[in-house]
Amino acid sequence: MSRIEINPELCKACEVCLAFCPKDCIQQSDTLNRYGVYPMQMKEAAECTGCTLCATMCPDTAITVYRTVVEKAQNQEAST
Amino acid sequence: MTQTEKKVFARTEVLTSQQTHYCPGCGHGIVHRLVAEALDHFGLREKTVCVAPVGCSVLAYKYLAIDMSEAAHGRAPAVATGVKRARPDLFVFTYQGDGDLAAIGTAEIVHAANRGENISVVFVNNAVYGMTGGQMAPTTMLGQKTTTSPAGRNLQSEGSPIKVAEMLSALDAPSYIARVTVDKPAAVRKAKQAILTAFQRQIDGKGFSLVEVLSPCPTYWRMPAAKAMSAIEDTMVKVFPLGVFKDKEAANGNQTA
Ligand SMILES: Cc1ncc(C[n+]2csc(CCOP(=O)(O)OP(=O)(O)O)c2C)c(N)n1
Ligand code: SF4
Ligand code: SF4
Ligand code: SF4
Repeated sequence: MSRIEINPELCKACEVCLAFCPKDCIQQSDTLNRYGVYPMQMKEAAECTGCTLCATMCPDTAITVYRTVVEKAQNQEAST
Repeated sequence: MTQTEKKVFARTEVLTSQQTHYCPGCGHGIVHRLVAEALDHFGLREKTVCVAPVGCSVLAYKYLAIDMSEAAHGRAPAVATGVKRARPDLFVFTYQGDGDLAAIGTAEIVHAANRGENISVVFVNNAVYGMTGGQMAPTTMLGQKTTTSPAGRNLQSEGSPIKVAEMLSALDAPSYIARVTVDKPAAVRKAKQAILTAFQRQIDGKGFSLVEVLSPCPTYWRMPAAKAMSAIEDTMVKVFPLGVFKDKEAANGNQTA
């Protein structure tokens, strides 16, 4: 599964990423950052596809996206 | 099956690690990122001078890890003209709001564009004066309520909004003038392309370029950030159409990146 990381000190909880994530992967955390904001975080069982839409829209460039690429082993078909 | 994890989106080092003072959801942050990524793309980080405006983005020097100069309100194109003429080897651009560029700085932008100065302009149009408390700007839309037009901008007493991209496109000299927005992912990608094209013109010595970016000011539009994003298509784009308004290279039959 792909995943995102949200920098809790950069996030301002504007909820723009929330509005643009097609997989509903993002929620507010319950830990205050030093600016008194509850930043966003990825949900635990999120089905993130690594599409980068959230990061593209984040006004604070707080999101890093890691995409998991599944590659079929070359000889897989022959061995089955 | 093998699984590999690739970092497909990360913060460029041209952005400092500091949290910005912009309000939650402010479009300035997205535009800063696009500018930083464009400088990164061309490897210009150590060869650039940005002239900052007076407005919310007056502190842009804290967020962009490049050399910056301040200018008196609206005078960024004049300062950029001086920097570029003294040091043509440097990449020089201004970053300006609509109060800065289209009100107090109208003379400077018109004449810099008309001289075809080899500079680039990133013009953030949010239809209000953000920094000073949400007053009416020359770009405020008819009927739009601001602190100085509480009943909505009125055509008879305040005139209609200035369309900077169209106005400057009427001049002979400018090489590239476009209007873009940052209200959704596809639009953000288009905005990045426009900024890359504008920067390329200066690199190629083709003269003046400007990218107007329709950008949300959730605070003085008085709406949640995500709603301010959708308000751009619902209201602003109808007054300020998107597109390329002037492209001398296309007119010369050359392909635009
Ligand atoms: C000579 C002068 N006149 C007026 C001001 C007050 N002032 C500061 S910012 C600003 C307008 C900023 O609006 P805009 O350029 O749209 O930028 P935003 O804050 O919306 O990003 C004004 C009028 C000033 N700083 N200097
Ligand atoms: S868009 Fe960015 S700043 Fe806004 S809530 Fe999401 S991560 Fe935080
Ligand atoms: S990368 Fe795509 S799927 Fe994953 S959290 Fe962001 S918007 Fe949602
Ligand atoms: S007042 Fe408007 S333009 Fe200024 S930082 Fe806040 S949202 Fe951005």
